[in-house]
Amino acid sequence: MGREKLFCEYAKTKAASGQGTSPEPEAALESEKKHISRRQLKEALLERYTPEMYEKISGGSAAIAGLGGLGSQIAVMLTRAGVGKLFLVDFDRIELTNLNRQAYDLTHLGREKTEALTEILKKINPYLEVTAVREKVTAENAGRLFQGYPILCEAFDKPGQKAMLVNAVLEQCPHTVVISGNGMAGCSSANTIVTQRKMKRLYLCGDGETDLASGVCLMPSRVMVCAAHQANMAIRLMLGETSG
Amino acid sequence: MTLNGVEKEVPGKISLLELLQQEGFQTERIAVEKNGEIIPKAAYEATWISETDKLEVVSFVGGG
Repeated sequence: MGREKLFCEYAKTKAASGQGTSPEPEAALESEKKHISRRQLKEALLERYTPEMYEKISGGSAAIAGLGGLGSQIAVMLTRAGVGKLFLVDFDRIELTNLNRQAYDLTHLGREKTEALTEILKKINPYLEVTAVREKVTAENAGRLFQGYPILCEAFDKPGQKAMLVNAVLEQCPHTVVISGNGMAGCSSANTIVTQRKMKRLYLCGDGETDLASGVCLMPSRVMVCAAHQANMAIRLMLGETSG
Repeated sequence: MTLNGVEKEVPGKISLLELLQQEGFQTERIAVEKNGEIIPKAAYEATWISETDKLEVVSFVGGG
């Protein structure tokens, strides 16, 4: 309670001083575009990938549900990798307690995660095609939201929500493969986090057992290892690899 | 039948819901695939388990 209140006060002060919102993010992005052309970005990626890999990744798309510790980092990694199109969904705003593991910084406090993350991603690749929807995902709207995407990275934090989303998408979106983050709390070895293909269209990344309730802590390093497993599986699927 | 890769005896006529409860799964935190097909939660009670079934039950834990 005390911490939440402190955050609210901080966000209010920032908003009042005009620091809480970026003044002209669109203008800033336009100036980025002027400096770096689409071709320059492509050539930089071609220093790292074969042309065939580049075509598959830049032609790839993925949806990310939940823009917290897993989702925000997955989005950053997929953008850096050169994925062409991302679809982001979250209803939340950024709080101080998010900063230990999420891609945001102090300037983003109080802002919508969808909007702040879009800005972060556009600074990495101004040509990224990104759609961000501020909406709470339910069993009723999940099918409509995600059916157009071949890959969905499930990045929620509550087990009931994870199960709801995975069930809804596997039932309602026959062409969508789900990559779910499952078990990354605690401080045990990063080596316990693995990627497994558990079902025809479901991959699980995590240790599969360390619940937030039992793990008591949520370390940035382990959360990011898990996020990296999810992003890596997404990229491998774009490249045509299907093993876990 | 096999449950998450482990062979099990089918204890008579049993529904998927009964089996999941018997095995200690929290049904609101799982997803179930039977013989390669996802089983909707609403169908757990009316889905019967046979000796040749292959079940994959995934349990979700919190954190993200």
